[in-house]
Amino acid sequence: MKDSAVTVAIPAPIETRPAAATNPAPLLTRARPLLLALIVPLLFLIVWQLGVTYTKSRLIPPPTEVAVMMWDFAFGGIWDDAFSRTLHIHLIMSLSRVYGGFLLATAAAVPLGLLIGRVLLARQMLDPMLQMLRPIPVTAWLPLSMIIFGLGGTSAFSLVFLGAFFPILLNTVFGVRNVDPKLFEAAAMLGCQGTNVFRRVVLPAALPSIFTGLRLGHGFAWMVIVVGEMTGVPEGLGAVIMDARTLSRTDLVICGMIVIGIAGFLSDKLIMLLSSRMLSWSPQHSR
Amino acid sequence: MSTSGNPIIQIEHLNKEFELNGTTIHALRDVNLTIGKGEFVCLIGASGCGKSTLLRIIAGFETATGGVAKMWNKPIAEPGPDRGMVFQDYALFPWLTVRDNIAFGPTERSRPKSEVRDKVESFIDLVGLRKFAEAYPHQLSGGMKQRVAIARVLANDAEVVLMDEPFGALDAMTRERLQEELLDIWQRTGLTVVFVTHSIEEAIYLSDRVVVMTPSPGKIESDNAVTLVRPRDVSAPDFNEIRRMLGSKLHSHHGRKAA
Repeated sequence: MKDSAVTVAIPAPIETRPAAATNPAPLLTRARPLLLALIVPLLFLIVWQLGVTYTKSRLIPPPTEVAVMMWDFAFGGIWDDAFSRTLHIHLIMSLSRVYGGFLLATAAAVPLGLLIGRVLLARQMLDPMLQMLRPIPVTAWLPLSMIIFGLGGTSAFSLVFLGAFFPILLNTVFGVRNVDPKLFEAAAMLGCQGTNVFRRVVLPAALPSIFTGLRLGHGFAWMVIVVGEMTGVPEGLGAVIMDARTLSRTDLVICGMIVIGIAGFLSDKLIMLLSSRMLSWSPQHSR
Repeated sequence: MSTSGNPIIQIEHLNKEFELNGTTIHALRDVNLTIGKGEFVCLIGASGCGKSTLLRIIAGFETATGGVAKMWNKPIAEPGPDRGMVFQDYALFPWLTVRDNIAFGPTERSRPKSEVRDKVESFIDLVGLRKFAEAYPHQLSGGMKQRVAIARVLANDAEVVLMDEPFGALDAMTRERLQEELLDIWQRTGLTVVFVTHSIEEAIYLSDRVVVMTPSPGKIESDNAVTLVRPRDVSAPDFNEIRRMLGSKLHSHHGRKAA
């Protein structure tokens, strides 16, 4: 729907060239970004493999061993130990904490940010305290959250919430503060008043900035989850990394890291997709 | 002061002062002006003469420090849908399509959906943007954006349209087209238009009355009726006569002549 104006006006360039089907060039052009993105990781793998072989290090496993471990972690059938075929359990636990904490943080930070950004009284009352809480690293909250929520998943969940909350809040406030004042005048002269201003002007106008906050907060959520799951949590990717470290299973540590990297990357893509859909009106965001 | 029709806007002994770096700036001093229903009035003057401030007080965006601005004999306290503003930089909602920008006001007043739709579609046609109804503001040219801004105000049933140098950022060709379209709409609808400009030619071409303002302190220098028959020819001798007369009033405001 969002592209209708554009697609009607400009016919797709590929269809205008009938020779394209027999010509291998378009396929190569399409695969080009993927190929370019793969060069550096492949080089890294080669350097890693060669480095381990050359130094005869026994502390760091080569990528081939990590690959075997990853297979066992995901599908089992190789080592058949406590970690075989458990990837999905840990991944789902971590995902539920990351998304639970992230969504809760979004639900709290966006309305609060709109209020602080727009209402002077709210800003004067809340901003100083929030600015003081903000520099405290999420990890510093760990002991306190363990006392309040006990050892376990809830504590990890609360850390994810805190990690995501501040970036979302600050970007929402920033977005609201940067709305062109003319738009408020335009809304007022068209008869839009009171709380309707939030729904019809403040929220949509701040949306690009809110999405920046969501991406940042989401990144923090994945960062914090490992810390949150490191103590007293039986399941979760952070717990796997921590247990594997205790057992000196470095191959499993690296597997846990890779899974977090991929999961974080994919869910960031999801947010990007959502963002470019909802911000299709913005020349800076739609593609 | 000549006014035709019932007085819709009345400005009485209006003063506007504000502090800037410790000194008091008199943006407006003892301004009196009556605008009749259906009139097309241009406010013209050098920058700093308070013409935009006066317009913003009528809109309700700013409050006077003395005197009163009234619409239909009621003091203006805040912005309202009866007075629509057209800004120089359009101030369209960038997240709404052309259609939704025009529908913004009527939707806000929770009219029946079908009524809103019919009205919006008719104004899309009126300003000739049928092909761009689904486009977003960033996809439009300056002239098209200003057409949307005008339609947005008209669709909201504004009685008075306040225009703050609306065509100032447009190229000459587009400006002439929009001037003609605006006059056409004005003549068909019986709107009251208060139009701020710094172009003498634009003021004479468009308006029934040209109100010349002078700066520091901002005040009305003269109120000049323009009685040339429409459509006006900007190269006609009588047009040039008025242009010369207003030009001298505008550029030599030290003489304090009352017209």
